[in-house]
Amino acid sequence: MSDESAQNAARQNTVKEPRRAAAGAPIRVLIAKPGLDGHDRGAKVVARALRDAGMEVIYTGLHQTPEMIVRSAIQEDVQCIGMSILSGAHMTLFPEVLDLLKSNDASDILLFGGGIIPKRDVEKLKELGVAQIFLPGTPTQDIITWMRTTIGQGVK
Amino acid sequence: MKSKESSSAQDSLVNSAPVNTSGSFDEWKAKRLAPQKERKPGFQSISFRKQPALVAPEQLSDFDYRERLGYPGEFPFTRGVQPTMYRGRLWTMRQFAGFGLAEDTNRRFKYLLAHGQTGLSTAFDMPSLMGYDPDHPKSKGEVGREGVSVSTIEDMERLFEGIALDQVTVSMTINCTSTPAMAMYFAMARRRGIPFDQLGGTIQNDMLKEFIAQKEWISPPEPSVKLSCDIIQYCAEHAPKFNGISISGYHIREAGATAVQELAFTLADGLAYVDHCVKRGMPVDTFAPRLSFFFDVHNDFFEEIAKFRAARRIWAVMMRDRFGAKSEKSMMLRTHAQTAGVSLTAQQPVNNVARVALQALAAILGGGQSLHTNSMDETLSLPTEAAAKVALRTQQIIAEESGVTNTVDPLGGSYYVEKLTNDIETEALDYIRRIDEMGGMLRAVEVGYPQKEIAEAAYRFQLEVDAKEQSIVGVNCYTDDHEQDIPTLHIDIASERLQIERVKAFKQKRDVTKHEAAIERIRADCRAKVNVMPSLIDGVEVGVTLGEISDIYREVFGVYTDPGLI
Repeated sequence: MSDESAQNAARQNTVKEPRRAAAGAPIRVLIAKPGLDGHDRGAKVVARALRDAGMEVIYTGLHQTPEMIVRSAIQEDVQCIGMSILSGAHMTLFPEVLDLLKSNDASDILLFGGGIIPKRDVEKLKELGVAQIFLPGTPTQDIITWMRTTIGQGVK
Repeated sequence: MKSKESSSAQDSLVNSAPVNTSGSFDEWKAKRLAPQKERKPGFQSISFRKQPALVAPEQLSDFDYRERLGYPGEFPFTRGVQPTMYRGRLWTMRQFAGFGLAEDTNRRFKYLLAHGQTGLSTAFDMPSLMGYDPDHPKSKGEVGREGVSVSTIEDMERLFEGIALDQVTVSMTINCTSTPAMAMYFAMARRRGIPFDQLGGTIQNDMLKEFIAQKEWISPPEPSVKLSCDIIQYCAEHAPKFNGISISGYHIREAGATAVQELAFTLADGLAYVDHCVKRGMPVDTFAPRLSFFFDVHNDFFEEIAKFRAARRIWAVMMRDRFGAKSEKSMMLRTHAQTAGVSLTAQQPVNNVARVALQALAAILGGGQSLHTNSMDETLSLPTEAAAKVALRTQQIIAEESGVTNTVDPLGGSYYVEKLTNDIETEALDYIRRIDEMGGMLRAVEVGYPQKEIAEAAYRFQLEVDAKEQSIVGVNCYTDDHEQDIPTLHIDIASERLQIERVKAFKQKRDVTKHEAAIERIRADCRAKVNVMPSLIDGVEVGVTLGEISDIYREVFGVYTDPGLI
């Protein structure tokens, strides 16, 4: 096998089926603020809305490194991570989290997010493996519905 | 009022006057208003304030002009801090700008000045704002992204290359690293032979609101407030034209506060700084004239105007009565304003031009001294040149074409505006009293009081938007299936690599002995709790970086971490 096809085969082996919440069990989600960005209004509002919708929400607080986020996600046994970035550093921070999930054999944890992200970057992030980006103006119900559909019924 | 000597024309007017007019507000409400159908069951502002159908003269029956309003330029300054306001001088058009490398921002500064901006306002990147040099691991991916990267005195010099610091006022939006930034600014002026007392401008330097809202910090609240006051003191003594602080409500509002909360928490922050400086032994009139403010100007037009007027009245009375200020200048609340970033939409972004225009108009009718208007594309990225120009032109159109600048405080005397000003004042004073009872704003921040109020308000607003009780055009009404793409600014990752190389090279070429001595001196002054500014100004001169100063703060004053409450 050539190096490239060996690499491709290896990559296929590490792609896992996304985690889903068990029937009747609430969705467990980590809401994270990566990097130096301190704008947390959106993250906190979303965290609260998800909690009020019956999900188990762990909020990391500010100034988390990608390592801290992935470690928390694995420790807390969440199905997904929602990251909020308003500082323009999304093209570095989202891919880093994806890479760390992969290298920690946790790529079945779904990564989604929101913030100040131009549309062309939304496309690029999705190509890299970010499951969904919710831009400013998204109704909280849209996020809840997407999570319930994608990760399974998380109704109290 | 009928006069005894009526002309025949007036007689016929009187004779044909309608018969059935209401003699009182209550009568009008019962007879005319009640039978009418209204569009909604109730009307409220974005701050959840119920808005009345009408404000009648009876509601202001005990309104004392001299006590409540006064004339422009006179206590309590409700009608404006200057007698002529914009007839004498227009507000400063001061667009917030910064991205990439120092020379990129320098170019944008010059572009904006060439297009008629009258003051500069600097946006720094997250590493600069959080106290990390570009080559620090935590800076990865963040250099030049949210503002300009400034780590060394050479960056500061590049940033202001070709700009006459004794002729243009410069504002710097920087907080936990305000002391190194201010030091670099002064050191740069010294290198250029400009005396500090010729420098005009503002440094935001308001740490209390960081813990409340903007969340840029290094050390805990108490040492952070001490450092803020070091700049206030240093400027009072050496740079009397420089506003050593911009006590800010903008970020508090953007985080989700209501108009009243924004006003109350900002003024309470101000009271805390004055208190700290007075306790330090500074007579109030020696520094209070150079305390400046910074408010948001949001969507609800009249609520915002009333907020500005209430702000001036409350501050004037507080300064006179609580702190015994004697100088009128100590009692004047001078403020910069920025249109509400959080009100802009990513959907149909061109609509944002209309939003910003209305908000800017409110800031001017509110009597602000300086204004930044947001660009239409800021829900997507930092502004492009073209979008920033439209935002600037918006201010110029208000200044040149709207006519509102030609008479001072044109809304003064409006029943609605005066009642709203009174109500907002009363509600804000209520919050301030509660904070006083907690022991002041530093204490309130430590127990998380304003943070919790803001989180509640932010969540409530989102619920109301989701339920369409608050309308946002393009988002929950008048939506478009086909969105038009607009150009957005892109920061090249190469800028980060270049800046890292620069900082490394800078650190290599400095005099090691002088550098180490400077670090020691800064550390000693921090430990001794004396004013850090002299050691910083000398330190940056021999190559101490912003990151290195911040590391000393981490070591001596401690590291603060987010409590992470939802």
